[in-house]
Amino acid sequence: MSDALNQRPLTARLLATDGVVTLDRYREAGGYEGLRAALAMSPEAIIASVREAGLRGRGGGGFPTAVKWSLVPDTPVQKYVIANGDEMEPGTFKDRLLLERDPHQLIEGMAIAARAIGASVGYVFLRAEYFEAARQVSAAIADAQAAGWLGDDLQGSGFSFHLHLHTSAGRYICGEETALISSLEGGRAIPRAKPPFPAVAGLFGKPTVVNNIETLCNVPHILRLGADWYRGLSRTDEGGTKLYGVSGKVRRPGCWELPMGTTAREIIETHAGGMRDGLKLRGFLPGGASTDFLTDAQLDLPMDYTHIAKSGSRLGTGTMILLDDRTSLLGMLRNLETFFARESCGWCTPCRDGLPWTAKLLGELEAGRGRPEDLELLARQTRLLAPGRTFCAHAPGAMEPLQSALKHFREDFERALAPAAIGEAA
Amino acid sequence: MGRPQNTIWIDGQPQAADPRRHLLEVALELGLDLPYFCWHPALGCVGACRQCAVTQYRDENDTQGRIVMACMTPCADGSRFSIHAPAAQEMRQGVVEMLMTNHPHDCPVCEEGGNCHLQDVTVMTGQAERRYRHAKRTHRNQDLGPLVAHEMNRCIACYRCVRFYRDYAGGTDLDAFGAHDNVYFGRAQDGTLESPFSGNLVEVCPTGVFTDRPYGEDYTRKWDLQSAPSVCAHCSIGCNTLPGERYGRIKRIENRYHGEINGYFLCDRGRYGHGYAQRADRPREPRWCGETVTRSAAASRLDAVCGSGRVLGIGSPRASLEANFALRQRVGDACFHRGESADEQAATDAALALLRHPAVRIAGVRDAGRSDAAVVLGEDVTQTGARLSLALRQMVRQDSFEQADAMQVPRWQDASVRLIAQETRSPLFVATPAPSDLDALARASLRAAPPALAALAGEIAQRLSSPEGDTLATGIAADIAAALLAAKRPLLVTGCGCRDAGLLRAATRLATAFHAATGRPLDVAVVFPEANSAGAALLGGHALVDALDAMRAGHVQTLVVLENDLFRRVPAAELEPALARVRNLVVLDHVDSPTAQAADLLLPAANVFESDGTLVNFEGRAQRHFAVFRPLEGAPRPAWRWLQHGGSFDGLHQRLAQQLPALAQPDPATPGSDFRIAGTRIPRQPHRYSGRTAMHAARDIHEPRPPQDHASPLAFSMEGAPPTAARPSGLAPVVWAPSWNSGQALHRFQQEIGGDLRGGNPGIRLIVPLDVTDAGNDAEVAGATGRTPRADALVPLHDLFAAEELSALAAVITQRRSGRDTLRVHPDTAARLRLTGAEMARLRIGATTLRLPLHIDAGFARNAIGVPLTLLAGAPLSSDFQLTGDGA
Amino acid sequence: MKMLTEEENREIDRERAHYEQPRAATIEALKIVQKHRGWVSDDAVAGIAARLGSSPAAVDAVATFYNLIYRRPVGRHVVHVCDSVSCWVMGQTKLSDLLKARLGIDYGQTTPDGRFTLLPICCLGTCDRAPAMLIGEDTHRDLETLDAAALDALLERYP
Ligand SMILES: Cc1cc2nc3c(=O)[nH]c(=O)nc-3n(C[C@H](O)[C@H](O)[C@H](O)COP(=O)(O)O)c2cc1C
Ligand code: SF4
Ligand code: FES
Repeated sequence: MSDALNQRPLTARLLATDGVVTLDRYREAGGYEGLRAALAMSPEAIIASVREAGLRGRGGGGFPTAVKWSLVPDTPVQKYVIANGDEMEPGTFKDRLLLERDPHQLIEGMAIAARAIGASVGYVFLRAEYFEAARQVSAAIADAQAAGWLGDDLQGSGFSFHLHLHTSAGRYICGEETALISSLEGGRAIPRAKPPFPAVAGLFGKPTVVNNIETLCNVPHILRLGADWYRGLSRTDEGGTKLYGVSGKVRRPGCWELPMGTTAREIIETHAGGMRDGLKLRGFLPGGASTDFLTDAQLDLPMDYTHIAKSGSRLGTGTMILLDDRTSLLGMLRNLETFFARESCGWCTPCRDGLPWTAKLLGELEAGRGRPEDLELLARQTRLLAPGRTFCAHAPGAMEPLQSALKHFREDFERALAPAAIGEAA
Repeated sequence: MGRPQNTIWIDGQPQAADPRRHLLEVALELGLDLPYFCWHPALGCVGACRQCAVTQYRDENDTQGRIVMACMTPCADGSRFSIHAPAAQEMRQGVVEMLMTNHPHDCPVCEEGGNCHLQDVTVMTGQAERRYRHAKRTHRNQDLGPLVAHEMNRCIACYRCVRFYRDYAGGTDLDAFGAHDNVYFGRAQDGTLESPFSGNLVEVCPTGVFTDRPYGEDYTRKWDLQSAPSVCAHCSIGCNTLPGERYGRIKRIENRYHGEINGYFLCDRGRYGHGYAQRADRPREPRWCGETVTRSAAASRLDAVCGSGRVLGIGSPRASLEANFALRQRVGDACFHRGESADEQAATDAALALLRHPAVRIAGVRDAGRSDAAVVLGEDVTQTGARLSLALRQMVRQDSFEQADAMQVPRWQDASVRLIAQETRSPLFVATPAPSDLDALARASLRAAPPALAALAGEIAQRLSSPEGDTLATGIAADIAAALLAAKRPLLVTGCGCRDAGLLRAATRLATAFHAATGRPLDVAVVFPEANSAGAALLGGHALVDALDAMRAGHVQTLVVLENDLFRRVPAAELEPALARVRNLVVLDHVDSPTAQAADLLLPAANVFESDGTLVNFEGRAQRHFAVFRPLEGAPRPAWRWLQHGGSFDGLHQRLAQQLPALAQPDPATPGSDFRIAGTRIPRQPHRYSGRTAMHAARDIHEPRPPQDHASPLAFSMEGAPPTAARPSGLAPVVWAPSWNSGQALHRFQQEIGGDLRGGNPGIRLIVPLDVTDAGNDAEVAGATGRTPRADALVPLHDLFAAEELSALAAVITQRRSGRDTLRVHPDTAARLRLTGAEMARLRIGATTLRLPLHIDAGFARNAIGVPLTLLAGAPLSSDFQLTGDGA
Repeated sequence: MKMLTEEENREIDRERAHYEQPRAATIEALKIVQKHRGWVSDDAVAGIAARLGSSPAAVDAVATFYNLIYRRPVGRHVVHVCDSVSCWVMGQTKLSDLLKARLGIDYGQTTPDGRFTLLPICCLGTCDRAPAMLIGEDTHRDLETLDAAALDALLERYP
């Protein structure tokens, strides 16, 4: 197993286990040794090794984790670490695996992050529907506490870290890190203006780091096996492995830990078994609902943050959603935009009122009642809901599949205009 | 004023701008039309509506630029912006088109129509087309009580209402519910809005969701209202108002911005208290011995009864300086008396002495909001000067602004400042007999009776004189002294609410000690009992008790009472026998008070909306109010006009200024009656006023000649100088600017947004510091309280919706009263008096006995008996009293 | 009037201890009440406000924001059908149509016997085994070929 563990550090343990990786099994496989190492290191040294490893945030943005941690001011105030377990991005199903099957890995990652920034309290922010994950995480917290990996004076190091589980009550926007903080404070999950960044003024106004579950799960291994080993796992400049997933009409949909930079073709054809019989791939959203469509022209690109960004989309969560040739593109877009409209927090105008309008226009098109001006309106929405124009990244994310579909699959829209409307236009 | 200036570029034009400010404010001050919704000058920026989009360029070579929100973008040196860039225009048009997707387009039946920020923005962006063709979501409305109407379908979700009501004014019963495009702004359940500032929602809401309910029930479009600058007559703060009239009725009152007093907000007493002017029982015809007589007959009667025997006059703290002065001239200095009870007059005089003390700098509302440490001594300012208490809510935020500065977060970034602040509050100490909403914001509160509060002030003074010494000062006194010394702009708030001159003298001692310790004067705000108490005190006169003595002695042939209900000043048992010995009681008033009912000659007076005059507020600021309209029917006329034989307002005012020389200072914001703009007067009616030829058609097919105004440069007309910034700020009956039809036009009339008005804030300050030698000798000042110490003190209880005579006559105000009148005591006091469990109690004060429910309240001061101010009915607080169970 | 039970108050206090500020336990408090009663009544909102030193409006502002806080009574079992994109691609419409037909209700409704409430929900994070739904706390996956008989059998498990 140690070979597998060296290649697939995040999942080898849980794949070799039925059910959850217990504290004992976790310890047998080198668990909490990363934390032990970190407890003996200075915060700067911890951050330095995460920086060298090249770890980028797995929550969708790909922000360098070490940079985020180093933004926390070195002041003697209460600080917090939050694990973002909201995972509600449609098409995304990677954090669930880590939460349900190997919770100690997360706890260890959080404790190391806490040590790096000087936080004494942490929260696992978990979406409400992950009942099994909630059971496993709270049991693991209790076990870790009993074994001295959480609580006061970890392993006699003098460092204390208290971890609590917070289960949410719905709403995708809670995944946006500032909205998450508003929610954790017991409020409406409304995002906040930046600056000040959470690293400076986050939970209860205190310095706070929010990281994705997968991001945090990488951390123990970097501390245990070193930055060089970690960088070597990847096929590109971006270190480590990535949990990739495929959903849609393939033979074996699923989620796999693979070297960072594995191509979409390899993931779809080798791991997911290719398209179901008689179906052809038309396009795919590479990393969840809020990424731009790519087409077969991009199948051979390494799936890392840089390459996918250059191709006009985003790696996002790395879990791709496939569009086959029998599925209605307009239906899929209507479904996506209805989701985004429903999940808007209601704070800023373009998002709150622009998304429902977008969804309704797509509904008209899907039903064959589109008008030529609708295409202009949709194009305008993609401009007016672009980054910087709305308060947070929710609405711009919603525009990514739409704007790329208007680019790659324009004929689908034109075909959907009402016959009368086409007559008028002619 | 020492603002750092750098250069920014807007559409290619270099502009000087303060780098600490945001582009939206700067652009508006430059006179540019940039629309917005969620921003409000008093509420800061939150970036929610995305309406104020502009293009920002990296440098002069950047032709693309990116969209930013002006309200969230500081004016950093060299920044380049465009308002006209096509992308920015498209964004603003798109946003308003999206905002309107759920809006019902019901302008024709909407109370906001013509006064609507949403209409303005729609036109300003040029977005007339509505391409949304799908279903709209609808909401159910709530009954929010008598003051504010609710129509949620018009909502554009700018979040201003909750940001004002909850974040700014501290209300807890209005919030945002739901999510996505189904956000609802209202209460958790139907019910009356609890905040005493609820009426501001009407102006804060940029569309017609929250509207003025009484106005809606007796509605007139904004452009059909006649209006004039006025001053609120319902407390001493002196908020500036704009009453609107049609058909002889005041339809509504809007806030009239004053940079140093009310700013953008009024309290509900001030906004909704005008109903007294329309009461059916209001005296409209002169009466002589119960019979209606003509105006000229009444005038001759007045001459007759004043022509023989001894004539005494009693003035009024709610009537204008001019009316009081006219009475004084009529009866002569020797026979003019002030219209306050003995307690009230002593407190008012002590308050005036405090403000005149050289150790004191008089603080206004704006100053109070900007102070960084405050002590409230004795005054229940939430009830007696509500607008001032709203400023104290902002005062506690001062430290958080400094924290934000340290983190380089701009002060206007409201949500971020609140985030950084968390529970940080600048020190506020509330030492009063009764609990109030301010306690929740206070670092410490102390409940005590006035004598103990005076002693507290003494301890603070002592501590200020010897900060290191451990003499007397322990606990709260030491904390207060330390906070005052540590602050940059410390503030003392006190007032006449306890009717306790001793307390005010103790406050003077505190200020003196502060001055001695720091070499700086102390900022002091003193709430007076009524709208013109300070003016009446400045004018002077004999004490009311002297008048009563003379009456009782049978020396008084004729008593002339000006706008004053003596039954509120003197116990009926004392007053009635004294009145019985007066041959002729002449009363001038516009309400049907018990005193008016007792009059032999009743002269219907014009109220603040119908007359010109000057009121002096708690800062000693003389503020002019102008007649909004001239009543066409009936005979109400300004009291000063009844009292003087002919003669103009100007002449009267000049004579008054000889008496009160400070009043002779010119007020550039409020020039005199001969002022003209390009030879024309300033019209009270907007340029779009309609129907004036038809308004009287039911009675008379001729259009009556408009009344002439000799007292001011305003005209009862729609012709004259247009509503530009050239109008002196104190003479603007309306704020209206091209593209800006709603009250948001205000920024066109300010020197700086949220700052002073162009041309200055109206009013002149009459109170000047006296030389130390004149300030009263220290020994007298040091005597903590003039009253003989005793076990319990009587404390008047104030109620924003009941205590003030005029507003309490407005039906909607009565509906807002929180509960019934009760006597209030602490459980210990009750136990000592063996009142535990008593439902009703009897309070005998001198010859007066009150029978009232007893409210035993652990939150109330010990050694105090709280009595509703109105029920005290002039009973002197210093007379002997006894509280017993009802059965006893 | 006692708005919350001893037990509810105890549980709320335990959660409250996890945070710097009591208000932060609002969502937990709502969930605790809902666990005991199935939904959150106006009374319960007031009770939570009192317990956490907040106002009923502030608590309700939070309660009405989150889709998994029920401010109206629901059935004994809430059926949440994932209607997000992967499930939609894999035939979620068929699944929800079937559910609506078998239960005789539409989204947002409760069966007359008070047994089931049907609601849509966003992505359940099990997209590789779509379409999926949640009944109570149980996630049901791989429902692409679910037919009426199989659905009935599944629903049998929820009396
Ligand atoms: C609308 C929206 C939803 C998001 N949802 C999630 C989520 O469910 N889980 C997550 O880890 N990050 C989510 N993110 C990203 C977070 O804001 C944040 O960047 C991330 O948690 C940071 O972790 P990382 O640096 O480890 O990636 C979301 C962002 C947006 C704009
Ligand atoms: S969001 Fe700004 S963004 Fe905006 S006006 Fe409101 S005021 Fe501006
Ligand atoms: S889209 Fe349905 S479970 Fe993911």
